[in-house]
Amino acid sequence: MLDVRTQAAPIGAPVPTEWTRKDLLDTDTLSADEIALILDTAEGMREVRSRPVAKVATLRGVTVVTLFYEQSTRTRASFEVAAKALGADVVNLTASGSSVEKGESLIDTVRTLEAIGADLLVMRHGKSGAPYLAARNTTAGVINGGDGTHAHPTQALLDLFTMRCHVGDLAGKKVVIVGDVLHSRVARSNLWSLLASGADVTLCGPATLVPRSLHGAAAEEGRCTVSTDFDAALEGADVVMALRMQKERQEKGLIPSLREYIAGYQLNARRLALARPGALVMHPGPMNEGIEISPEVAHGLTSVIEEQVANGVAVRMAILYLMATARHA
Amino acid sequence: MSDRILLRGGRVIDPGANVDAVLDVLVTGGVVARVAAGIEPGGARVIDATGCIVAPGLIDLHTHLREPGFEQKGTIATETLAALRGGFTTVCAMPNTSPTPDSAPTVEAIREIIQRDARVRVLQIGCVTRRREGKDLAELSELAASGCIALSDDGNPVANARLMRHAMELAAALGLPISEHCDEPELSHGGSMNEGRVSERLGLPGQPVAAETTAIARNIALCEMTGARLHIAHVTTARGLDLVSEAKSRGLPVTCEVTPSHLFLTEESVFGTGPEPAYETNAKINPPLRTEADRRALLAGLNAGTIDAIATDHAPHAVEDKLQEFDDAAFGISCIETALASVLTLVERRELDLVTAIRALTFHPARVFAIEARIPGAGRLEPGMSRDVVLLDPGARWTVDPARLASKGKNTPLAGVELTGSVRAVVFDGMLAYELEAAGV
Repeated sequence: MLDVRTQAAPIGAPVPTEWTRKDLLDTDTLSADEIALILDTAEGMREVRSRPVAKVATLRGVTVVTLFYEQSTRTRASFEVAAKALGADVVNLTASGSSVEKGESLIDTVRTLEAIGADLLVMRHGKSGAPYLAARNTTAGVINGGDGTHAHPTQALLDLFTMRCHVGDLAGKKVVIVGDVLHSRVARSNLWSLLASGADVTLCGPATLVPRSLHGAAAEEGRCTVSTDFDAALEGADVVMALRMQKERQEKGLIPSLREYIAGYQLNARRLALARPGALVMHPGPMNEGIEISPEVAHGLTSVIEEQVANGVAVRMAILYLMATARHA
Repeated sequence: MSDRILLRGGRVIDPGANVDAVLDVLVTGGVVARVAAGIEPGGARVIDATGCIVAPGLIDLHTHLREPGFEQKGTIATETLAALRGGFTTVCAMPNTSPTPDSAPTVEAIREIIQRDARVRVLQIGCVTRRREGKDLAELSELAASGCIALSDDGNPVANARLMRHAMELAAALGLPISEHCDEPELSHGGSMNEGRVSERLGLPGQPVAAETTAIARNIALCEMTGARLHIAHVTTARGLDLVSEAKSRGLPVTCEVTPSHLFLTEESVFGTGPEPAYETNAKINPPLRTEADRRALLAGLNAGTIDAIATDHAPHAVEDKLQEFDDAAFGISCIETALASVLTLVERRELDLVTAIRALTFHPARVFAIEARIPGAGRLEPGMSRDVVLLDPGARWTVDPARLASKGKNTPLAGVELTGSVRAVVFDGMLAYELEAAGV
C-alpha cells in the first residue's frame, strides 16, 4: 500500500494518448493521460449504452474469455454485458466445473484458452499477483478483474469515472476510503488512480485493517494519509467510499465485533453530515447494509452506488475496446 | 584426479590458524602436507594460484539435498556436485526428506545413498520430533549414536515450548546442538514474504519481524534453562540479531548463521526492478528476505563476529514448484553454487570483510557443529590433518545462468546478475575433485 507515487497532472480535456499496453493489471503504472483516455472513451460508450439499440459491432470477431477463480456477480456480468455490447464473442469460465478442478495449473489454463482463440482474458483470482503470472505466459491481453487482496483496476476506473461525472476535476478534492483497507484490492487500485488524478486520499479503518505505513512522494506531500478516527477524517471530504466488511475479519480476531466496528466506522447520516455538504457516497458492492453503511445513506440523495454499477459497463467497454484495438508497443 | 597437488603462490587464508599470507600448499597422501613458502613440487601437479585465494574447503551447516523423497527437486548426486562446484566440501543435510531421518534405520538408509553417490562429505542432521511433526520427540540418543551431527525439524519450528524444553534437555546431555528455524507460527501464519511496505503494496500476507524475534527470545530462554547448544538457523532481522548478541554476551551456548541470500538481497526482490510488480517466486524464501536495514545489520553482525557462520539454506526446487501463484509457490532458493560468489561480491563492494567471510564459511561452522571432532582438520589447513582445500579467484566476473547450474534447482533470483568471484579448483579428501573449465588462467 506504500510507495504512493505521485504522477500529478489532473484529468482534463481529451488527450492524444494511444493505448499501447497488452494487459491491464492495475492502475499503479497508468499515467494520467492513459487514465484520461479510458475515461474519455467511456463517455462515448455511455452514449452507446443510451441508444435504443445499445449495441455496436466494433469488436465483432474478437473473443473475450472471462476466467473466474472466485465467485463474482457484478464484475463478471458487467464484463459480459460490455463485451456483448461491442459485438464480441464471450466465453465464461469458472474454476468449478473446469479443468482447474482437475489440477490444471494457471499457466496451462491460460495457454489453452489462448490456443482456443481468446483475444482478451478477463481474470479474477483469489491469489494476489496471479494475473501477472498469466499475462507473462500468454499473448492474449489480460485484464485483471480482481486478484486476491492486491488490485481491482476496472473497479477503480469506474469509481473514478463516477467521481468525475459528479465532482469534475479531482485535483485537490478529498476522498475518504473507510473499512478493511489492508485487505481491499478496491482500495489499493483506487489509491493509485486517485493520486494520479490529483485527489487527496485518506485511508480510514480500525488499526488492524489499515496499512501500517505509507511511503513515497504522495505520503510526504500529505496527499495520502492513514487515520483510525473516521469522524475526524470526514472533515472536508468530497467523496466517501465505504468498503465491504467481511465477517471473517471478526472470526480471525482482527476486530472485536461487528458491533464495535459499526460504532466506529459505519457510514451513517450523522457521520455523512461531518463531510462537505453534498459529499458523494460510494461503495464497490456487494453491500452489507447496516454494517459498513446505513440503509438511509446507501440509498440517500448523494449516493451513486447504483450509478457505479451502470458506469461499470461503459468503463469496461472502453477498456475492452482500447485493448482489442491496441497497437502494442 | 590427482593426489599430489601443489597450489603455488596463492593468498592462503586459514582463519583458524590466523594465517593470511602468500604461501604454497602441498597436498599429498590424502592430506594437506605442508603450508609454506617456496615448496618444491617434487613431481606434484603444480597449479598456479597467483592472484587467487587458497582456503580450507567450505562447510555448509544448512543444505537441502532432497533425497530421499523429492528426487524431482534434487538428488544426493546432483546437489553434492553442485556443492563441490560451489566450493563446499562438507555439507550438513537437513532432515526434511521423506522418509525423515528420525530413527537410526532411516539415517543408515540415507547414508547408503550418500556413500554411493555423494561428491562431497555429507553430515546428517537428525529430527527433533518424529516425522518433524512437532508432537512426539524423535529417539534422540539413537540419532546421536547413528552419527547425526545436530538436531533440527528444519522449516517446522518446534512450536510447543514444553516439547522444545525437553528436546533441549536431552540434546544437552547428548552434546548435540539444536539448529532451530526460529519462528512463531501463529504470528507468521500464512505469510509468504516479509510483512512491511512491499507486502502491503503487493497485497501478500506477510511474516512480521516479531515472528522471528519472539521465537529467538523463547529459545534463548530455554537454552539458558537447559544448557543445550542452540544454533539459530538463518537469522534475518536486525532485532533478532540483537537478541543473539545479548545472549552471547552473557556466555550462553548460542550460535547463529546467516544465508548469502539474506546478505545479498532484500524484500524488494519480490517486487522486482520494473515499474510493475514481478511477484518473483524465486525470491520467495522462508524466513523471508527482509529490509535493507536488516540486510545491513546482518552484514554488520557478520563483520563484528556476532554471526558465526554463513550457511546456504540451499533449497532446490523443480520448475513447476516455482511457476505458480506467489502464495502457492514453494519457499527456497537454489544457491549453493552462487553462495561464495555472492559473498565475494559483497567483499568487493566493501560491505564484508574477506577474512571474516572465509572464517564464517570454514573455521566457525566447523566449530558450531563440532565437526572437527569427527573430521580432523575440517575448516582448517592443518598439515597432516586437513583434507579439503578450495582455490578461489576473487576477481573473476561471471553472470548467473540457471541453465548452467549443476543443481537440479534452477530457482535462483540471481539469474542474469553479474557476480564477482569463482571457484577455480577444489581438493576434496586429498584429491583434486573439481577444476573450473576454461578458467583462462
